[in-house]
Amino acid sequence: MTRSTKIFKYVGKRLLQGVPIILAIVIINFFLLNLAEGDAVDVLAGEAGSATPEYMAQLRQKFGLDQPLPIQLMVYLKNVLSLDLGYSFRHDMPVNELIFDRFAATGLLMTSTIILAVGFGVLLGLLAAMRLNTWKDAVITVFALITYATPLFWVGLMMIVVFSLKLGWFPTSGMTNVAAFYEGWDYVKDVSRHLVLPTITLSLFYLALYTRMMRASMLEQYGQDYVVTARAKGLTERRITYVHVLRNALLPVVTMAGVQVGALIGGSVIVESVFAWPGLGMLAFESLFARDLNLLLGIFLLSSMLVVAVNLIVDIIYCFLDPRIEVN
Amino acid sequence: MKQKILSIDNLSILLPAGADRQYAVQHVDLELHAGETVCVVGESGSGKSLTARAVMGLLPAPHVRVAEGSIIFGAEDISKVDYERLRELRGSEISMIFQEPMTALNPVMTIGNQIDEIFRYHVSMSAKERVKKALSLLFEVNLPDPEKIIDAYPHELSGGQRQRSMIAMALALGPKILIADEPTTALDVTTQAQILQLIRDMQKRLDTGVLFITHDFGVVADIADRVVVMQEGKIVETGTAKQVLTKPKHSYTKSLIAAIPRLKPRKARLRASEVVLRAEGVYKSFGSGGSFFGFGKPSREVKAVQNVQLELRRGETLGVVGESGSGKSTLARCVIRLIDCDQGKIELGDVDITKLNRNELRPYRKRIQMIFQDPFASLNPRIRVGDIISQGPLLQGVERHDAVNRAYKLLDTVGLDRRSFDRFPHEFSGGQRQRIGIARALSLKPDILVADEPVSALDVSIQAQILQLLDEIRTQMDLSMLFITHDLRVAAQVCDYVAVMQHGKIVEMGPTAELFVAPKDAYTKSLLAAVPGKDWHFSEINK
Repeated sequence: MTRSTKIFKYVGKRLLQGVPIILAIVIINFFLLNLAEGDAVDVLAGEAGSATPEYMAQLRQKFGLDQPLPIQLMVYLKNVLSLDLGYSFRHDMPVNELIFDRFAATGLLMTSTIILAVGFGVLLGLLAAMRLNTWKDAVITVFALITYATPLFWVGLMMIVVFSLKLGWFPTSGMTNVAAFYEGWDYVKDVSRHLVLPTITLSLFYLALYTRMMRASMLEQYGQDYVVTARAKGLTERRITYVHVLRNALLPVVTMAGVQVGALIGGSVIVESVFAWPGLGMLAFESLFARDLNLLLGIFLLSSMLVVAVNLIVDIIYCFLDPRIEVN
Repeated sequence: MKQKILSIDNLSILLPAGADRQYAVQHVDLELHAGETVCVVGESGSGKSLTARAVMGLLPAPHVRVAEGSIIFGAEDISKVDYERLRELRGSEISMIFQEPMTALNPVMTIGNQIDEIFRYHVSMSAKERVKKALSLLFEVNLPDPEKIIDAYPHELSGGQRQRSMIAMALALGPKILIADEPTTALDVTTQAQILQLIRDMQKRLDTGVLFITHDFGVVADIADRVVVMQEGKIVETGTAKQVLTKPKHSYTKSLIAAIPRLKPRKARLRASEVVLRAEGVYKSFGSGGSFFGFGKPSREVKAVQNVQLELRRGETLGVVGESGSGKSTLARCVIRLIDCDQGKIELGDVDITKLNRNELRPYRKRIQMIFQDPFASLNPRIRVGDIISQGPLLQGVERHDAVNRAYKLLDTVGLDRRSFDRFPHEFSGGQRQRIGIARALSLKPDILVADEPVSALDVSIQAQILQLLDEIRTQMDLSMLFITHDLRVAAQVCDYVAVMQHGKIVEMGPTAELFVAPKDAYTKSLLAAVPGKDWHFSEINK
């Protein structure tokens, strides 16, 4: 069997394994969320201010909230399997529509964040390791330490203060300029201008992490025997660093980046709130307080699928980076 | 005598401040001629490897550096040339092979690419020519199927194949000097013999001068023209191989040679009739991959132990000998139930311990104890030596006071100071740690010791001491021992009975004295034939 058919089979198997995992996540989430006091009806009634118990019971019946939990779960699972995530009472919209709209925004933010964090993290770590114990190394290390230790929301606020309010380079919030109605290329430019600050804010922490990891990983690899062999073969230091050490040093960083995609979704809640970025994080945050369980479950489902998919992608990348990993 | 190609004069290498001595290497003089093999022999820490690295300009700068002296190669002093010149010399005029071919090769690069680099950075050749040359090199070092190996990654090759690839790489440009830093230490004995033969053949063809670093006098006897013996950074003796091996002058050389375990089997002793351990029809296999959430059949199965029968009588040492992957360690682990065997019986006295559960097993645990190979990894670095030794008895319900007393006594037994009780393992040398490991095993007053390569991580002189200690303890405490080793010389010295394992099966078993003199199985014969320095040993035995 060739390597590519092996990988193809492997992907199929992993996707198959993903199904029970995601189902389990849905079920656990369902019970977890129902453990919380109150439901959507309580919130609606509270906001309306003058709901009678009869009206509330009527609403519950309409939403299916009067059924026992196992039945609710069964109904929900049946709907999920037919790709229907239910209806958000809060937003008066099907959850599917609501989520997929927001998902694009979060996806964009996450992708740009990962590229920025991994790309620059690797670059800075490499530079620090190559210039070990010089001022460049010191500057990079201190920068990594500070950004690692600074809370996300504070960085976000300071970014707005400096780059939006004082310098006026970037917009303060949102994803598009609502008043402008851009189309085509102008729309892309507008979104990218809005994307800059949230991306930098969200990526700083991970950037610091990958910088430190890459630096440590490079230093560890420099100490390996094969580096001595490479020197004994009369290779240039440039070749040793960029060809021999770099590829080996990347492996742990890629692993880490894959694991942290899940955490990124969590981090995006804060950043999306600060920058009013219309993504999943903000939606999840709102729906939690509105007890909009259908919507929340839908978001959880989508993010768990995302994590499973990203892990698979990382594993495949890893196979290509490291020939020692066997696909089976 | 042929042309002199390397001369090291009055070389001293400085260690960083705070090391255990100021100079790693002091006032070393050494010469190497074309086509000659000079063996630098010494124990760990003798400075032999650093001397070799200095020739390549590969000292771990900036902490360790040449303080004094010169290394003349051709017309220049390579300890003083600039980096670019050094780079030109490395790999083309002087090249090096290392102890551990697995780590010395880049794991994520194909063998072909790693050979190709040498051409790319030293000579100008077209890509086609380079591939052709690489293939012919792989062919010259007797690798099977060079077309396949050129695209293989290091982990896909065996240890011997990896070392052959390293040699192909090192000899790619026909260097004048080959530095071999313990190139066969990590290899199995039969592979070792082949690699030594290969180095000799290639040397003859290219007229290379070989600087061979080793700790093993057996290897010296096989390969050396001249010998340099080093101790604590100084040369204590030089001479032709014959001189040094047969008439050593310096006391250190004498003690080193005396410490080498001889291939001379120990005298047979009367066998006791009491059987303390019996293994019957033991099977163990490992599987991996292919299953869905761990259900179903694994896609690949390794049969580590197959249908093994053993019998260990009271007071005797039974050796299990084999090369890596033969299943000897797995067998040892099955015997003391660190892992469960798939099938078969393991009887301790008259109880089959394979059927017992955790609680039922506990009283039997103390009767069979293990000594591990790596004295560095097998002791918990955060626990004091005294606690390491007394922990076992405490768990078995011995009073604290008694357990501590027992630990003190055991420290005496294994020849350690009683003050060691409150120290941590890292404060001890390898040999001392192995003594701690032995004391720990003895603290439960076992009937049986299972020793898994207990001396293979140690220097020869330390090795001899530990083997002697084990022998004394065995007699003193009337212990039986299952002794796992890859080294036939060690087995000959300590075992009464030997079982030879290959591919998970015992191919031959018998009293040491008989088995070593008249082996029946072809594999046993090939193992014995591959022992380094065999001719030298036999000439001594016959004396």
